[in-house]
Amino acid sequence: MEALDLARWQFGITTVYHFLFVPLTIGLSVIVASLQTAWYRTGRHEYLRATKFFGKLFLINFAMGVVTGIVQEFQFGMNWSEYSRFVGDVFGAPLAMEALLAFFLESTFIGLWIFGWDRLPRGVHLACIWLAAIGTNLSAYFILAANAWMRHPVGFTVNPENGRTELTSIGAVLANPQAWSTFLHVVSAAFITAGLFVAAVSAFKLWRARRHGDTGEKGVEPPAGDHELFRKTLRAGMVVTLLAGIVVVYSGDHQAKLAAEYEPMKLAAAEAHWETEEGAPFSTFAVGDTDSGVNTIDITIPRVLSFLATGTIDGTVQGMNDLQEQYEQEYAEYGDVDYIPNVFIMYWSFRLMIGFGLFGVAVSALGLWLTRKRRLPRTRWFYYAAVAALPAALTANILGWVLTEMGRQPWTVHGQLLTAHSVSPGVSLGQVALSLTVFTLIYGVLAVVEAGLLWRYVKGGPSHVVPEPEEGEDTGDVPAFVY
Amino acid sequence: MDLATVWFIAIAVLWTGYFILEGFDFGVGILLPVLGRRDVDRRVMINAIGPIWDGNEVWVITAGGAMFAAFPAWYATAFSGFYLPLLLILLALIVRGVAFEYRGKGDTDRWRAWWDRAIFWGSALPAFLWGLVFANIVRGMPVDGDEILRAGVIDLLNPYALLGGLTTLSLFILHGALFLTLKTGQPVRSRARTAALRTACVAVPAGAVFLVWTQLAHGKTWTWPVVAVAAAALVAGVALALRGSEGRSFACTAATIGLASVTLFGSLFPAVLPSTLDPAFDLTVANASSAPYTLTVMSWVAAVFLPVVMGYQAWSYWVFRKRVTREHIEPVPAYGGGDGQDQAPAPAE
Repeated sequence: MEALDLARWQFGITTVYHFLFVPLTIGLSVIVASLQTAWYRTGRHEYLRATKFFGKLFLINFAMGVVTGIVQEFQFGMNWSEYSRFVGDVFGAPLAMEALLAFFLESTFIGLWIFGWDRLPRGVHLACIWLAAIGTNLSAYFILAANAWMRHPVGFTVNPENGRTELTSIGAVLANPQAWSTFLHVVSAAFITAGLFVAAVSAFKLWRARRHGDTGEKGVEPPAGDHELFRKTLRAGMVVTLLAGIVVVYSGDHQAKLAAEYEPMKLAAAEAHWETEEGAPFSTFAVGDTDSGVNTIDITIPRVLSFLATGTIDGTVQGMNDLQEQYEQEYAEYGDVDYIPNVFIMYWSFRLMIGFGLFGVAVSALGLWLTRKRRLPRTRWFYYAAVAALPAALTANILGWVLTEMGRQPWTVHGQLLTAHSVSPGVSLGQVALSLTVFTLIYGVLAVVEAGLLWRYVKGGPSHVVPEPEEGEDTGDVPAFVY
Repeated sequence: MDLATVWFIAIAVLWTGYFILEGFDFGVGILLPVLGRRDVDRRVMINAIGPIWDGNEVWVITAGGAMFAAFPAWYATAFSGFYLPLLLILLALIVRGVAFEYRGKGDTDRWRAWWDRAIFWGSALPAFLWGLVFANIVRGMPVDGDEILRAGVIDLLNPYALLGGLTTLSLFILHGALFLTLKTGQPVRSRARTAALRTACVAVPAGAVFLVWTQLAHGKTWTWPVVAVAAAALVAGVALALRGSEGRSFACTAATIGLASVTLFGSLFPAVLPSTLDPAFDLTVANASSAPYTLTVMSWVAAVFLPVVMGYQAWSYWVFRKRVTREHIEPVPAYGGGDGQDQAPAPAE
């Protein structure tokens, strides 16, 4: 066991954990802003209740995204100082821009939104949540441009004197095809997740009301508006998921083609594709021997991989064994390095990502059909599926990152810097072990607390957050969220 | 002036902004159990910083990002070298941030008491540790020829750095107390004034000795007047607080913190992390910086967007300029076993 291994575990754990909250923040900020826009334009109370209810759930999640994000920035310097020293000139720029352009926008306007309900004109207050949502989505672009650069480094040279990278074109870094393609993929996946969050909460509330005839406690009539509200948000969430599903498939296809071009090893590993082939088949189930580089069982669909990777059915797809040989020659100065990532994890995370992700999209498509013309299904499985789609989508997001990051191994910066050479030389095994332990513990505790709060607020329902208006009462005097 | 120097100044500005802004919300967090004897008073205090603490915290994220981009070697060496203090700061900022958001969302006293502890320690630890870390940076650390800082806990705990930690801790408490006199209603307002005057008994001597020590051991000629004005502002701040001039006394502690930060960065320059092993190993503005192209790009971005950021942050302070009082935070009958607090009216105009 070396500090390197624990530092990798820590990066994996803290990043995966951070990314449980981030997709919800990205998507829910826009959904909540849209609900508030609907209220602003129509003045209908149910939209206000929906805004406040989902806004509260959004904020519970938002706080976790913010605090776990600080760790990410510090972690590069703390655990990966050699990486930081090597790439800072290039990689630091989008990070600093993210803070200056996006984080300030997000955090300042979220504060104005939370506390500004009764202090700002309605239009200005609405603009605050939109600015926060824009900041959130903008931050995704910068951090993904930085991440894309690690996979497909562009717009830089390596200074032979000090051995550090130097930026030569910020335009190239920000317009990296991997950056915008990844952005589309990640953000659409985030909207799938957030849409499913709204749909799952709505389905849960509708199911509870159907079963108990109340919003949580037996024998209490639910507020009359709740049924209508959740029927609408159920469909809205599913529409968001379905639309985002189209983008996720398109951008995912594009990602595969980019991988074939810039990271052929990643694609080959995700397909357990050992030998270079023209007209390569798509593997649906494989069992292989990663030591000798062959599959013992491989059930395939002919030519599909070539089509996915190159756009033609007889295009050439490079295999892992050939790539290993090629890299050994190309990067001879690094000595004996295994350039093949963990094939088992790559292969299965790729398939499960697609499966889990598209499950939610399918549930949404089906759900929109079943709820057409104000219908609501009576069967319990529909509600179960809608709720189950949320953890499936969260898992798909995580598997997507596992695929991306583990597929880049053994590199931190493809072709430029090995992960083994990136770790902080001055940081001891004990220090990393300590930080890994405390982060894991505190993240575990906070996960329980967060889940508990979400549960409590979902159970409480909209009336818990904003009361039903009395007859003839002006609904404009909206109480603010207060700590 | 070359671009690397410009960026040294920009990073000093970001850290200085961070200390002035988050300084007072750290102070408020530390004073929470002292001044907030009843829950309603604790909520008055938390709501006084509620809308703005998150925006204040982004200053440190931007400062870190700017160090990464403009001085990769400084960022890499310092962040890995100060591993344990930064780990503690991270943990503190995590529990503190969550605490602000989650505290009001439960309804038992035990729930709130746990988050109150999180806010206290989450504020006190960084308030002390930032001073400790920056004093150690100015004092110099065992940075070797490969730009690697290998320091044990003992290396961090020297008298000068401990005094630095005590200085930021006490200054931030004083600054936070004065913020509360300015932004809250009774009884927190008068309690905060008393707390400010008591804290001054530590902050004034600690701050004065630390500043003079910094000046004598590491200062430049031009930092002498900075030290003098910082000390004068501190004394003036306390005197104004005694007279009950709340806005001006707060402005004075803001100036003290700002000028103390200028003193530290000024004493450091042109080094960014001096080595105690060999002056040849010093990380300097020249040898730790990024190439001119990156610095040029970053200069344009900062020149355009930093004023915009400061503009809308200032506007958010303006929107929430009114005092928060007990009347704004009334206990409301709970709904169906839930917490009724969310239905409480906001601190209104």
